[in-house]
Amino acid sequence: MTAILQQIVNGLSLGSIYALIALGYTMVYGIIKLINFAHGDIYMVGAYVAFFAVTLLSMNLGVALLLAMLAAALTGVLIERIAYRPLRNAPRIAALITAIGVSFILENGGILVLKPDPRAFPDPIRWRQIRLMGGSLVLSTQDLFIVGVTVAMMLLLVYFVQRTRTGRAMRAVAYDMQAAALMGVDVNRTIAVTFAVGSALAAVAGVLVGLYYNRIDPLMGLVPGLKAFIAAVLGGIGSIPGAMLGGYLLGVIEALVGGTQFSLFRDAVSFALLILILLVRPAGLLGRNVREKV
Amino acid sequence: MLRIGRHRRFWQRALTGLAVLGIVASAGCGGGNAAQTGTGQANNPIKVGFNFELTGSIATFGQHTWQGAQMALDEINSKGGVLGRKLEADKLDNKGDNSESTNVTTRLVSDGVVAIIGPATTGDSLAAAPVVTDAKIPLIATSATAVPVTVENGKVRDWVFRVCFIDPVQGVVGADFAYKQLNARKAVILEDSTNDYSKGLAAAFKQQFEKLGGKVVLEQGFTQADQDFRSILTTARTKNPDLIYVPAYYDKVGLIVRQARDLGITVPMMGGDGWDSPDLVKLAGAQALNNTYFTNHYSSQDPDPKVQAFVQAYKARYGDAPDGFAALGYDAVYLLADAIKRAGSAEPDKIRQALAETQGFQGVTGTISMDRNHNPVKPVIILEMKDGQQTFKARVTPQQG
Repeated sequence: MTAILQQIVNGLSLGSIYALIALGYTMVYGIIKLINFAHGDIYMVGAYVAFFAVTLLSMNLGVALLLAMLAAALTGVLIERIAYRPLRNAPRIAALITAIGVSFILENGGILVLKPDPRAFPDPIRWRQIRLMGGSLVLSTQDLFIVGVTVAMMLLLVYFVQRTRTGRAMRAVAYDMQAAALMGVDVNRTIAVTFAVGSALAAVAGVLVGLYYNRIDPLMGLVPGLKAFIAAVLGGIGSIPGAMLGGYLLGVIEALVGGTQFSLFRDAVSFALLILILLVRPAGLLGRNVREKV
Repeated sequence: MLRIGRHRRFWQRALTGLAVLGIVASAGCGGGNAAQTGTGQANNPIKVGFNFELTGSIATFGQHTWQGAQMALDEINSKGGVLGRKLEADKLDNKGDNSESTNVTTRLVSDGVVAIIGPATTGDSLAAAPVVTDAKIPLIATSATAVPVTVENGKVRDWVFRVCFIDPVQGVVGADFAYKQLNARKAVILEDSTNDYSKGLAAAFKQQFEKLGGKVVLEQGFTQADQDFRSILTTARTKNPDLIYVPAYYDKVGLIVRQARDLGITVPMMGGDGWDSPDLVKLAGAQALNNTYFTNHYSSQDPDPKVQAFVQAYKARYGDAPDGFAALGYDAVYLLADAIKRAGSAEPDKIRQALAETQGFQGVTGTISMDRNHNPVKPVIILEMKDGQQTFKARVTPQQG
């Protein structure tokens, strides 16, 4: 029984990472209906920026995190400007393939520039373990930190989207880009901001995962990127709470499956789950089933 | 938004398929190597191929093996080479990728090398074996410990040799140590199911451990893509084992040991020569590695003067103490030079013959005598990790394997 509780704790930490990346997927999809496959690699960029900030520039972790967010936001905006904006009115398959191309560029560019060898992420914080139920449930302050940061980020994001002017512009563009433009919303700027915010969140995930596993490599974004995509679709792509829910759900399911004899099929289960959900609820758990006019 | 919504279901399904494909194809990635080519004129340098894991997730294996090999090459060449000819290295990177290892071997063969040293790992060596067999070029695998590297379907591979012990030997020594010295009775085995080395070593350990009367209470697999082992370890914890055996490479071991300690698992953990890397300490942390042990090819603390001379020379050149891989790379080059000398010729077939007849070759990793399966019979060293330092624990000379 406590083993299951422990698995849920493991799953929540893992799910936080998925959720943070999924938020970026969902925001970008919500606004320009593009699955930004390069998003997982922006998470890698964030992790590396923080890595170099801490090891080479001996910055403290908080500053490194901010720098990583900034660098990732910049990368996201640049990618949008160079690779996606010129294709905004092209068929969507073109933008999608471009996204996959950008992802490959970041991955292989990362291998070229950063070397393919894994690096040990510095962990300057002394985490403590909290033993509950006679030691059979171990909760690390690190788990609490990861979940706490993730929830805080999501609350900030909800506030930003619901309560600020830019947030309102984002919702307007997501709802109807042309109408928003007619109302005087700067569509290009709004989309750039969306990429910036989503990428900054991915950088947070990258730093957290660096702390959690203590290991980063240039291909680290590949699998979590795909998983986060599943999480976003699972929760209902385009929905911010959906991305969170999807991330946590996926994390917990993976942890529970990973603890059984079927541990080798952990990823297969994640993908099977995606297919199943799409069959039953094509719009995802919290997604609105919008019937759109042609 | 306009006409796109109509196709939403289609898109989501199409992307699902794409995502699955992405996972399957995730391994492939490009990159380039600088080709070194030379003309094969007689009387000039003897061209030796090196096929190593110089980059990638297990890069310290190949890098250190190469450093050891390079030192041996320079020593031999500074003394006039072999048969009056210098040894010339043709070195290529297989990135720790099995299919890349096949490509690299093919290139070395077409470059006209007389013998190939490396790869370091079992998987990469298995991928290289068919190429050298077809081309009739002898290959010395440096640290590929799985049985099938030199023996295929009960028949020895004529052109493949190695300078390391084999996993059945390493697994038996490990199990003996776990049972007799660490008094372990209940063991959990975590193995990389995508890795031949890991599976072979796990099987060897399990067989001996159970033969001694121990019990393997859980055997759980993971894949090379895994980063998160907390769920497996949580299950392992519920079995209250006395020992966790992790026959895997250091990049996975680092994550596993760290996550185990994070979950409050304090029992000893053990593994094989795949643990031997300075990066293990960086990944797992010195603290987490306390109370862990592994079987290895050699110890840099071995007081043997031959070993110490090697350790000093290596330190002077590269700064760090050599690990087992460096020592094996060093031995492999000397063994090849010795074989060429004994053969009196640098022709691949004569070298092969001489390698097969190797008896009592003195290396820094012990005395090498090839048995009929091209496996040297060598002692196994047990190392303990203490505050991030490998410390010599025991030396076991196994009975004839």
